[in-house]
Amino acid sequence: MTETQIADDPAIPGHYNLRLYVAGQTPKSLTAIANLKGICEDHLAGRYTIEVVDLLKNPQLAEGDQILAVPTLVRRLPPPIKRVIGNLSDTERVLVGLDIRPREDGV
Amino acid sequence: MRASAAGKTLPKCPTGIKGLDDVTFGGLPAGRPSLLCGAAGCGKTLFAMTFLVNGATLYGEPGVFMSFEERSHDLIENVASLGYDVEMLVADGRIAIDHVRVESAEIEESGDYDLEALFVRLGYAIDRIGAKRVVLDTIEALFSGFTDQAVLRAELRRLFGWLKDKGVTAIITGERGEGQLTRYGIEEYVSDCVILLDNRVLDQVTTRRLRVVKYRGSAHGTNEYPFLIDDQGISVMPITSAGLEHQTSSDVVPTGVASLDAMFGIGGFYRGSSVLISGLAGTGKSTFSASFADAVCKRGEKCLYFAFEESPDQIVRNMRSAGIDLQQHRDSGLLKFEAARPSLYGLEMHLARMNRDIEDFDPNAVVVDPISAFRGVQSEIHATLLRLADICKGRGITGIFTSLSLAADHVTESDRGVSSLMDSWISLTDVEASGERNRVLYVLKSRGMKHSNQMREYLLTDHGIHLIEPYVGAHGVLTGSARLAQEAAERDSAIERTQASARRHRDLSRKRATIERQIAEMHAMLQAEEEEAAMVREQEQVHEGVLTEDRVAMAAKRGAAA
Repeated sequence: MTETQIADDPAIPGHYNLRLYVAGQTPKSLTAIANLKGICEDHLAGRYTIEVVDLLKNPQLAEGDQILAVPTLVRRLPPPIKRVIGNLSDTERVLVGLDIRPREDGV
Repeated sequence: MRASAAGKTLPKCPTGIKGLDDVTFGGLPAGRPSLLCGAAGCGKTLFAMTFLVNGATLYGEPGVFMSFEERSHDLIENVASLGYDVEMLVADGRIAIDHVRVESAEIEESGDYDLEALFVRLGYAIDRIGAKRVVLDTIEALFSGFTDQAVLRAELRRLFGWLKDKGVTAIITGERGEGQLTRYGIEEYVSDCVILLDNRVLDQVTTRRLRVVKYRGSAHGTNEYPFLIDDQGISVMPITSAGLEHQTSSDVVPTGVASLDAMFGIGGFYRGSSVLISGLAGTGKSTFSASFADAVCKRGEKCLYFAFEESPDQIVRNMRSAGIDLQQHRDSGLLKFEAARPSLYGLEMHLARMNRDIEDFDPNAVVVDPISAFRGVQSEIHATLLRLADICKGRGITGIFTSLSLAADHVTESDRGVSSLMDSWISLTDVEASGERNRVLYVLKSRGMKHSNQMREYLLTDHGIHLIEPYVGAHGVLTGSARLAQEAAERDSAIERTQASARRHRDLSRKRATIERQIAEMHAMLQAEEEEAAMVREQEQVHEGVLTEDRVAMAAKRGAAA
């Protein structure tokens, strides 16, 4: 499991525990990782953890976490669990999907 | 393995489903995906699961069930009703179940994605248990989970190609769509073998049917075949055996009623023949059937009794009153009852069930009591019975079919329909005369033998069926009290005849006595007259003598004087 620790204390309230599932080091995976890091730095600086799971290395995790599409971003904390799929190129939708910005009409 | 054994023909993967492997000449195309489609409630999931369970238990091929609809434990519980212990197979590592949850509302899409994770999951499950078989049930659920249909279709195409590369035999199930086989048209991607399941309701009775729509590179049965799902799993009823190539036998099977045997030229039915016993309500059709079944079992042969109107216990009880003990044969395992209400399933379903029961029990004789209980389109009933008769004939089973007629001396529509299928036909009827009903039977036809043309009255007694010596008069067959009256009348006239002859005899001797007396009298008279005549002659002689003496004396007197 590739783990990229960016922030330090995951226990504080308002902390985002994110996990990104990818399958191999494909361009799509790399784009997603880069996009995610950018979004987190811009909107969640200092209060997020990102975990990147490569399903080719840990295939058994795909079933347990109900992953179908890759890349899939899962917000594990705060509850409830949220999912965003895709290479995360549409920042607005990522923010809506992670509940960082409320869903607006016409977005 | 099978590929080499099958030689040049397409390698097939047996499903282990009775009948389906016959229809497809060996099973599904091995190492390729097949599409199984049908409307909701057709049994797609059960079919697919049966394929995996049979693979794991019968053919040593582990399988992966990827469910997009039912959760794993629901699935296990549902198929437990078919007698499958999937939990144990999962624990043994012979079956793997992966429930893929597809929820559209919770997922936000942002940018490009693919379904590589699905491949990873499936590949992981296949490799983990060494699976040879895969089921994807129902993969079209993905269409509700992802908005980008172009990506999805591309991924499905890739998935089916990937499955082929993996060399697994897969069943992809799909919901029936409007104007196409599946709702999202995935038949476009899975086109090696397509099987369509159908569940039709006709007259409030449902019948499940299966049709092999296409099978690339292989011949297959093209008809719709009825199939059956019950506690013994799935069986498909192939109608491929509708030929007329049965082995015929010259063995004779007694009817179970001795005097009825005598009405057939050979002393019974031919083994493997089909016999129709038609008759009105209460004419004892079941009793004849039971007598036959009793006789079969007494010879140590097996009889399968399909009851559609009475429960087995009721039949046993009722037949006991006619002196036929069927329970002993049930206990010894020679007689088996299969009872079901005719309305329980459609005709096809009944046929499929009966076919399976016959295959399982392998009886020497079969009783179907009654065939008239089947309701439905006449042509379908006819086709069903034809196939049933064919199944029996094909296996050399003697079949007794009873049929309820509705009016006396009237052959009903259904009788006429099936009569051509039957080798022998016994008609039971009742004759209404002088205020009573009496039971009469006659042999309407019996192929390949001489048979009595007589109408015979019979009685259902405490000791079975008894045929009575017929009384045939100018007014037809006499039955019941009319027969008794006739018997009495004949007895009377016989007595009268003997009395008359005795009287004549007496008269004659009296006459003879009289005449002899008269002769004697006349003799006596004659004698008297003769005696009188002799006396007269004597007197005359005396008189003559006296006259002569007188004349002499007178002459002497005169001479002396001259």
